[in-house]
Amino acid sequence: MSVSKSDAATIQNTEDIVRLRQRVRDLMKNEGFSLVDQTKMVTAASELARNALVYGGGGAVLVEVLKEDNGRTGLRLIFEDHGPGIADIDQALTDGFTTGNGLGLGLGGSKRLTNEFLIDSSPGAGTRITVTRWM
Amino acid sequence: MIKINKKISEILTQHKNEIFEDWLSGQLASVSLRLDLVSETELRRQSQEFLNLFVTASLSSNLQDINTPEWDGVREYLTSITYSRARQGFSPTEIATFVLSLKHPLFSHLRELSGVNSNDLIDMIWTATFLIDKLALLSIENYQRGREEIIKRQQQELLELSTPVVKAWDGVLILPLIGTLDSARTQIVMESLLQSILDTGSAIAIIDITGVISVDTLVAQHLLKTMAAAKLMGAQCIISGIRPQIAQTMVHLGVGFGEVATKASLADALAESFKRLGLAVIKPQARG
Repeated sequence: MSVSKSDAATIQNTEDIVRLRQRVRDLMKNEGFSLVDQTKMVTAASELARNALVYGGGGAVLVEVLKEDNGRTGLRLIFEDHGPGIADIDQALTDGFTTGNGLGLGLGGSKRLTNEFLIDSSPGAGTRITVTRWM
Repeated sequence: MIKINKKISEILTQHKNEIFEDWLSGQLASVSLRLDLVSETELRRQSQEFLNLFVTASLSSNLQDINTPEWDGVREYLTSITYSRARQGFSPTEIATFVLSLKHPLFSHLRELSGVNSNDLIDMIWTATFLIDKLALLSIENYQRGREEIIKRQQQELLELSTPVVKAWDGVLILPLIGTLDSARTQIVMESLLQSILDTGSAIAIIDITGVISVDTLVAQHLLKTMAAAKLMGAQCIISGIRPQIAQTMVHLGVGFGEVATKASLADALAESFKRLGLAVIKPQARG
């Protein structure tokens, strides 16, 4: 598997989230992902970027286009923030659970919208979430 | 340092015309020349004026800091050129090249100086490079600022372009939503819907999201809150225009609109609202 395109961006305000959504959509359109795939990944990107902004106090995202040896294409997003971290990841993934005033569906929903979902977080150490969607 | 500065300003004053001609011909021969955006006469005028100000400022003997009052004129003129060029569609490279291309003619004249040892020459070139680089960076910064102003203005315009609430029938309002819904615009749009419900005494409000690209949890939350508020005011909401990819995404995300009626198209929503109001659309009977 190789990374054919890679591009980093910061998430410091809501405009950055809008830009990320557009970036993800454009990339996926160019790579030939279906409209449903595009919409799912754009929505997950929106959720995770907003989490990084609201709960992580801002962060960064790495957008990567992956090519597998068998020709399969994927899009990977790596979100990183240096916020308070997540104490109980299982609880955070539970639908309806929120420490803010959202719907509490963003994290669990993002997991369902992507093919691979990885959280690396502990209290005080920030959060790193990697999601991938394959074509 | 003062000796170096003095030497540079001497060269600039004595050879101003030659430097100007060299600079201008250099710009005209350059690949980054944009005669489609700026005419030769205009370029000549801008270059002449900039060089005049530059030479005058250099006479103050302070070539190390362009933020001093002596450089006010240069900075202002450069800013005005950059702003107008940013609006005309110049690229950052093309904008920076304007100042940077002054280096070549200036350095050639420094080299032709007689009786200068190589150490002094290097010092002079270093000072001049440093000065011109600073001006180039300033023009890039201004370029950036100019672009940001354009973006900000466009954002403001978009905000004002907020979606109108349309009266479809007596008692039926339609709010066609377009674009992204997590901006400040959403709040304005939602407030205008509630105000229109009050003003028209409408019983049904159709929120059409055909033009919405993606519905994430924040957008869903905005919609849910608006619908709850509308309900408190005695109006029912119908959501229409949920496209297949949005429907699938919402199911995976786990968001729904609860008890609220949703329809695939605006036409279906309108038919539904007629039904609720007890209205029927019928074809006029053919006259026998």
